[in-house]
Amino acid sequence: MMIPLSWYLILAAALFCIGTYGVLARRNAIAILMGVELMLNAVILNLLAFWRYGEPTTAVGQAFAAFVYAVAAAEVAVGLALIFVIYRSRRTTDIDQINLLKW
Amino acid sequence: MTITLSHVLFFLLGLMVLGGAVAVVTVRNLFHAALWLMLVFFGMAGLYVLLEAPFFAAAQLFIYMGAIGILIIFAVMLTRAFMRQPMPRANEQWWLAALLATVLLGVLTFLILQNIRPNIMAEAVPENTIHVLGVTLVDPEGYALPFEVASVLLVIALIGAVTIVRER
Amino acid sequence: MDLRQLLELLTVLIPLPPFLAFALIVLFFNRWKRLSHSIAIGAMALSFLMAQFVFWTVVGWGGEALYEHPIAVSIPWLPSADVALEMGVFVDPLTAVTLFFVSITCLAIFIYSVGYMHGDPRYSRFFAYISLFATGMLGLTVSDNLLMLFIFWEIMGLCSYLLIGFWFEKPSAYRAAIKAFLTTRIGDVIMLIGIAYLYTQTGTLSFDAILRNEEVLHELAITPSVIPTLSVAAAVGLLIFAGTVGKSAQFPLHVWLPDAMEGPTPVSAMIHAATMVSAGVYLVVRMFPLLSVGLEHAAGTPPMVAMAVIGTFSAVFAATIAIAQNDIKRVLAYSTISQLAYMVAALGIGAYVAAAFHLVTHAFFKALLFLGSGSVIIGAHHEQDMMKMGGLAKRMPVTFWTFLIGGLALSGFPIITAGFWSKDEILAHAWAHNPTVFWALAAGALLTAFYTMRQICLTFLGEPRSHHAEHAHETPWVMTGPLVVLALFALFFGFVGIPEDFPVLGEVGKGLFHGNWFHHFVGATIGKAPKAPPFDPVPVSLSVGAALLGLLVGWLVYGRRPLAEGQTDPLVRWLGPVHTILRNKYYIDEFYHLVFVRPTIWLAKVAYEWIDLGLIDGILHGLARLSEVWGIVSRWVHRYIIDGGMVDGSAKLVGAIGREFRQALQTGQVQHYLISVLFFLCTFALLYLLYLGVTP
Repeated sequence: MMIPLSWYLILAAALFCIGTYGVLARRNAIAILMGVELMLNAVILNLLAFWRYGEPTTAVGQAFAAFVYAVAAAEVAVGLALIFVIYRSRRTTDIDQINLLKW
Repeated sequence: MTITLSHVLFFLLGLMVLGGAVAVVTVRNLFHAALWLMLVFFGMAGLYVLLEAPFFAAAQLFIYMGAIGILIIFAVMLTRAFMRQPMPRANEQWWLAALLATVLLGVLTFLILQNIRPNIMAEAVPENTIHVLGVTLVDPEGYALPFEVASVLLVIALIGAVTIVRER
Repeated sequence: MDLRQLLELLTVLIPLPPFLAFALIVLFFNRWKRLSHSIAIGAMALSFLMAQFVFWTVVGWGGEALYEHPIAVSIPWLPSADVALEMGVFVDPLTAVTLFFVSITCLAIFIYSVGYMHGDPRYSRFFAYISLFATGMLGLTVSDNLLMLFIFWEIMGLCSYLLIGFWFEKPSAYRAAIKAFLTTRIGDVIMLIGIAYLYTQTGTLSFDAILRNEEVLHELAITPSVIPTLSVAAAVGLLIFAGTVGKSAQFPLHVWLPDAMEGPTPVSAMIHAATMVSAGVYLVVRMFPLLSVGLEHAAGTPPMVAMAVIGTFSAVFAATIAIAQNDIKRVLAYSTISQLAYMVAALGIGAYVAAAFHLVTHAFFKALLFLGSGSVIIGAHHEQDMMKMGGLAKRMPVTFWTFLIGGLALSGFPIITAGFWSKDEILAHAWAHNPTVFWALAAGALLTAFYTMRQICLTFLGEPRSHHAEHAHETPWVMTGPLVVLALFALFFGFVGIPEDFPVLGEVGKGLFHGNWFHHFVGATIGKAPKAPPFDPVPVSLSVGAALLGLLVGWLVYGRRPLAEGQTDPLVRWLGPVHTILRNKYYIDEFYHLVFVRPTIWLAKVAYEWIDLGLIDGILHGLARLSEVWGIVSRWVHRYIIDGGMVDGSAKLVGAIGREFRQALQTGQVQHYLISVLFFLCTFALLYLLYLGVTP
């Protein structure tokens, strides 16, 4: 008896929503980045679950999951670099004080 | 419905992932949050094993726990001076964020339960999955172009990150 | 590699060189002006050569052969559940002809820009932008589906915005840029809805699968749409036509085009005369099978009726405004609206070959006129007011003669100009199908000839009416060279489309081009070339009469006794208050400002002043004062507790709504923006579930 597909999907949805909350509600830029990582992990879980229950004989779902890994790695590298630069120039990683996106 | 070992494992791993995730977004100390995040990554690796994707379980351990996790911990420690100052862990819109995230979860769950047949039976995973994946990624008829683009993306991210943080 | 594969490869490559030029200039060579323009022109020349090679090869095949086996190649692009959106190129006769004139006009304008933009501080950036624009236009031309077409369409919209506002130090320039962007956006959004609707109905956006498939078209024509009494084909056609109304500046979305003349003149020539505004007409010509499906059962399908009405109206409307303008470029802008309207009206009465023909000839002579006006502006030391010109014919002979050729082509001067043949074909169709359209368009032709003559006389004849005009000088060869080339096309291109039964010349056409070449070639775009109406001397003599009469009146008023310095335009005296209305463009801008712009600003102001400053800050400040009285917790704790749920539900709701408003007014914090996104996502998701609940 296999685990139903919907369980994986609901687990991934829950993880995604927790990550969303983290992105929206945390004040620290690094904490926000962690939220993004949770969301990306939820996406990978979704892709792999669909691969397993959809078309396990081809590797298309796995290929997509691999691309998400690449994107996640790039995102962390650039994201942390940006946080460092902001920290160095403003001595804070508090997102509330980073409001330069105004005209 | 019979309870099998994989069901038990799923529950344990799911609990670990979700509990860890909640801790990640709520605990005050960022260093602790990073450690919780590692736990989530580990639980995810377990779930990939359950999904019979051992390659991704390994990749999860190497890339997420090994590389990304360590990077985040470094980031937390390097900005430590700032971390010692008292500051609220959440901003003033946290309740709205929580409400909306819950609504989103409700909508998604509803749609999943509506649209996914519960007794879907999957085919067996072939032995040579990793071989197939490798071929798919470099096959011009498959994903060779996105694969190359992804490698370019990583190089750009690498160079970009170094350029950004370089002292001028 | 056989010839067909080579052509497929070349077609794919056509839009690429300008894009690479754009990237190279922006990323690396911004500082070196000569290098930048060399790269841009070199890339455009490469595209030009490839486009011409493709064009001349398929011309050798002939229209029917190309219709049977179009050059088509595509790859899956966005794979989704069961269908994959594809990305590819498609060359049929219409595409081939469009590639021909787009590549020529673009190259001419690139070269001309070297002279016109000389000494500009943002010289390199200009060439980067126009290169990106050329990518958009060439890409749009070769796209094989509506989604790709839309993407390139929007790239052009972006370039148009950037280039109109190129001299953004001038407030009028950046206002014009924003106005152009927002106005065309209205059309684009409606068009996108149309594309999405078409996709939901057919599951594909490929031209090949929709337009060349009788069954799909028939299915679309008999399926009723969500709007009562309209079939899906009609609804989609109307929505897509809205995109054309925006892009080709037809009434009521025409207001942006005259203001777009704030951009550098090569931009006006390329984007706002020869190519981008033509893209709107190109789109409806391309979609013509869909727009006209079901025609055999009725006098006109709803989209065609809409095109006939809007086209005819815009043609006359814009021509009347043009006679009362004094800015040399604005006259041309209104004449562009008017000429595009001729094409739209032609499609409305089913004459799509005539529309395509006029599209090509118009691109040549209007680019010529704009570049000529740019040459005048440079020669006369940046003077744009025609009332302050005069006597330039002697001082700028090349510009004068080429401008005269362009003007005669625009007026439809018989036989020797290209404009005559294309306009005549439209009028002949109108005479055969719909007399009302004919008489309106003929009146438009009269007005066109009149304002063109007025413009030529005021600019070039008589004595100089200002210091600048007196010291005008001829422009360098990089500017006059393209003028001469375009003038040749404005004169001779019309001969490829001589009606076969035209007296005397029809035989010449048969000898040279095997009859009406353009009609046969482009007519094959939808398989069978439609029958041309038989030669009728009445519409031809009427249109020739209108053109000559307009030119004659223009000459009598402005040419015989040229205006002296300080003298007012005789039209002001004769037309009186009507002239005031015309000069102010029927007060459409003022009307839009009153009805659309002011209420929007007012709403934003109310949201800000009343809800944000009054309500939200009132609550917050009151509680902050309270917190000072208590003096225990700092202000943020208060806000935290209040928002955290101490106040009751209604206050919280008001707070939340107000919060949304305040965030809409830019806090600069990404999280605030994100939460609005999530808020609306959740709202729409819940609405969707509700909808599912209502209709199981």
